[in-house]
This record gives sequence, structure tokens and C-alpha cells, in this order.
Amino acid sequence: MSAPASLSDPVFPPLAINPELVRKILVRFIQNEVQRVVLGLSGGVDSSLVANLASQALGPKNVLAVIMPYKSSDPKSLSDALQVVQQLGINHLEVEITPQIDAYFERFPDADQRRKGNKMARERMTILYDQSSVFRALVIGTSNKTELLLGYGTIYGDMASAINPVGDLYKTQVWQLADAVGVPTAIVQKAPSADLWAGQSDETELGFQYRMIDQFLYYLVDRRYSKEELARLGFEPAFIEDVVRRVRDNQYKRRLPVIAKLSSRTVDQEFRYPRDWGH
Amino acid sequence: MSVDGQLTVGLAQVDSALGDRDRNLARHREWVARAVAAGVKLLVFPELSLTGYFLRDLVVDSAIRLDGPAMKDLLSLSSDLDVVLGAVIEEPDHRYFNASLYLSRGELVHVHRKVYLPTYGMFDEQRYLASGDRFRSFKTSYGRAGILVCEDIWHLSSAYILSLEGVDMIICPSASPGRGLSTDERLGTAESYNLVCRTYAQFLTTFFLYCNRVGYEDGANFWGGSMVIGPNGDIVAQEEDADEALVVANLDLGDVRRERLANPLLRDERVELTINEMRRAWHERTRKPF
Repeated sequence: MSAPASLSDPVFPPLAINPELVRKILVRFIQNEVQRVVLGLSGGVDSSLVANLASQALGPKNVLAVIMPYKSSDPKSLSDALQVVQQLGINHLEVEITPQIDAYFERFPDADQRRKGNKMARERMTILYDQSSVFRALVIGTSNKTELLLGYGTIYGDMASAINPVGDLYKTQVWQLADAVGVPTAIVQKAPSADLWAGQSDETELGFQYRMIDQFLYYLVDRRYSKEELARLGFEPAFIEDVVRRVRDNQYKRRLPVIAKLSSRTVDQEFRYPRDWGH
Repeated sequence: MSVDGQLTVGLAQVDSALGDRDRNLARHREWVARAVAAGVKLLVFPELSLTGYFLRDLVVDSAIRLDGPAMKDLLSLSSDLDVVLGAVIEEPDHRYFNASLYLSRGELVHVHRKVYLPTYGMFDEQRYLASGDRFRSFKTSYGRAGILVCEDIWHLSSAYILSLEGVDMIICPSASPGRGLSTDERLGTAESYNLVCRTYAQFLTTFFLYCNRVGYEDGANFWGGSMVIGPNGDIVAQEEDADEALVVANLDLGDVRRERLANPLLRDERVELTINEMRRAWHERTRKPF
């Protein structure tokens, strides 16, 4: 189910990228938006790639990677994260989140993995935002397009950031770019995991492989195929229904909170300014 | 209508500060000075060069009036060379236009108000701006010219109308955000614009000056790629990358006449037939009862 990505596997042609062109656009994007960044570095491919791009864009001294393991995190994640820190020469800080997470859940011993995972993601977010004021930096996000569309992330947790250079790249495109910019091969090739516990796998949890879901999302989102057209491509009807529902049900994570409209100029309705206003 | 002689054109492939007219005006001055030093006689800036592109509600704050005090600064840019620049203009009746101004010797020669305002996908121009109602050419010291702003060139009729007016040169200021990933060297948008601009130049046997901006706004990247195309469709000069650059080309204005002798497409163009057929097609489309 969770076969690790192999760099030698053929890439679905419409999602194949020119990594040098993408690298250049993203490095300049970061340079244009910020001078210093802080990010949560998990040792996975997404945050390792963002650390790499940020380091290229701003110089290693202007990047702070915060590594925030929980007691059940795979120790390999920490060593992978440290390898990236060492490779890039960026600043880093290790903050274990076990004490505060355990203190909270002592009161709620029945909490399931989902609650614990979301709490950990939000704990990490508060640390990043706290460190961002110390380091005088903005939080740079690491959610990719596959995660954003599927809602495979925690709102106000790992999805919280000021800028996100990889949010328009599917996971399989993240792999291509990460490989090209020199993220260690072992990190690119390991099975993707939210790492709430050792051995957890995104692909097992999601119920499908990234290679397949990325192809599907490409047809559904980028090419706007109808359900009938998707079925004709060979996707199972139950799978189609499941993913379409998942994309729809997680729309709230991709938007500001809904504001009850009362005045004639409401924030995010008639009050529309660019995000880069005054930038 | 062609004029013989040489013309050194410059395309100012620059970034703009979003909603910061003062900063952008200062930058225009710098690039004008640079162009003058390079011997440029006609300098083209990108679409909305004075304001930036994704303005949204900043349209109102960024606008100038053609009879207002800001014009003096703009006109002063053109004392040593002709300048094409982009601005939001507010009419006395408070309609706002995405406009391109042709300035020469301290005078306003022409204003083109963008006709086709993209309002789909990532674009939302019609929400904030009024649409221009004409395509007109104008006389310059270097022959007859016409301006089409960005999306205007995605409608075949725009360039065709200008060619019927006998233009030697089409100027296209643009703020095109890059998109369309593949394994190609360049983004899909860059390839499309190359195709479109070269096609116009070759079909209409006219010079084509395409000036696109660079930089980022709200995550969108402007891909540059500004180019000067000859009346045979060949690219004479281009900055392929998204770097700030002054693209300079020396044009032999006699090329238009020579190309039209070799390739008399415009001579053979059946304008009346076209008008009649278009009118017929329009009647057939509109006379249906519902």
C-alpha cells in the first residue's frame, strides 16, 4: 500500500516539471516576499525542500529550522532533519513538545490519534510563531497541493503560514524538485508520513498512493474532468466519490472564516485589497 | 505610411511596486535615463507600469487624471525620447481605465484604454475597471503605431483593425503572470505569447513590440520575455528570462515596405468581403427568436 517513491519510477507526464525553472521561480518568490524565515523541519521531503529553497533564496543565516519531535516520533525523522540542517548550514532549534502535549492529554486520556495529531500540529504552530518574533522572521509553510486539496493537514496547525512556496506543487512534483535541488535521496525516497507515531504512513492513512491521487487530482482540478469522464479514465466510482467529497468537505481549511455580512463593505467581500498591499 | 530610417527601440522589462505610484515614477525616471544613455528613441514600459497589476481596491487610490497634476511628471519623462507607459486613469465621470499612454516631446500623443479586460481564472479586471471602446492608431515620428494592452492581443480582431489603419508598429505593454508547468524550458504562457506575437507580426507585416513585466504580486510571477519582432515574424531582440532588463533593438523602418513588397498580404486583404461576411454572420447569430 505504501510503497516508497522510487526516483526511477516514471513520472505521470502531465505532472513532470522542469525543476530548474520551478526552482528559480520559487527562490525569487521567497526573496520577493521575505528576508528571514522560520519553518518547522520534520525530516520529511516537503519541509526539507522548503528549507533548501529558503536557504538558497535568503542565505542559510536567515533561515531558522525548528525541529519539534514528540516522544513517539520516529528517531529517524530527527536524524534526517539534522542532516538537512547540516547540509544547508541553516540555524536550528530543537524543541520537544512531549511535556506540554502529555500535560494536556492527562486530562483527556480518551483522546484518539486524530485529536492528538491535531493538537501536536497546533502546538508546533504556536512555537513557530513565537520563534518567528524572536528571530524576526515570517513563518514559511510546507503544505503541498495534494495536501491542500485533500485537507490532509491541520487547520491553524501545519497549514498556518505567512507564505508557502510549495502549495501549487503536487506531492509527486515535490519529489521531482526535491531530488533536483539536492535534498538527500533517503529523504526523498522514504514513505511520506505525518510522523505522529513511528511507522505511520500517509498513503496507508489516506487509503491511496500519492502517484495515483496526484493523477486523479490533476484531471479533477486542473483539467476539470467530470465524474463521468474520470470513470472513463478507469478510476473506480467509489474512489471518485470519496476524493471529490474529501476535496469539498475540506474547503473550509482553504478559506478565511465565514463572516456574517451586515455592512455594505465587509472584509473579504467588498473590502478587497491585494495581500501584497504596501509590500 | 512607412517612414524610412532607423529607430532604436527599448523595452523596459521592469518590476513595479504595487500601488506605490511615487516609487514607480522614480523608477521610470531611472529607466528613461538609462534608455537615453543607450540611444533609445522609443521606450516602452509594461502594462500598469506606474501602479502594478493586481490592484483590486487600490485601483481607486492609484488612478491619475489626464487633466490632473500627476500628468506633468509623466510628460516630463518624454523630453528626450518617446515613452509608452501604463497607468490607471480616472475619467471625469469616475470611470477607471487600464490605460497605456504614448508621450512624446512633453505632449500626450495617444491614450489606449484596454478593451478586453480579463475576468476569469486568476483575473478580475472587470470588477474594478471600465472597458475601452475603440482601437485607434496614431502618428508618431517613426511611422503609424497602435497600442494593444495584454489581453487585447488575445482577440484577433484587435490587431486586424489596427492593421487596416495601416500601422507600421503594434506596441503591446503587458503584465502577464506565468503559469503552466511542464518539462519545457519556459512556462506555457511564455510559449503562447511568443506564438501569438510572432503570428501578428508576420500576418500583418508589422513591427511588434511586446513588453512584459517581471516581479511578483500575491504569489503570481511575471515572466518577462519581452521581445521586438520584425515584420517578417522574426524575433529581433528578446530577454527570455524574468530578469529586469532593457531590451534594445535597432530597427530599419524600411523593413515594413520591403516585407510588404515581398509578401503583399495587406494589399490582397479583402476588407469589404470580410465586413460583409462578418455582418452576415452577425445577423444570422442575432436574428434567432430566442
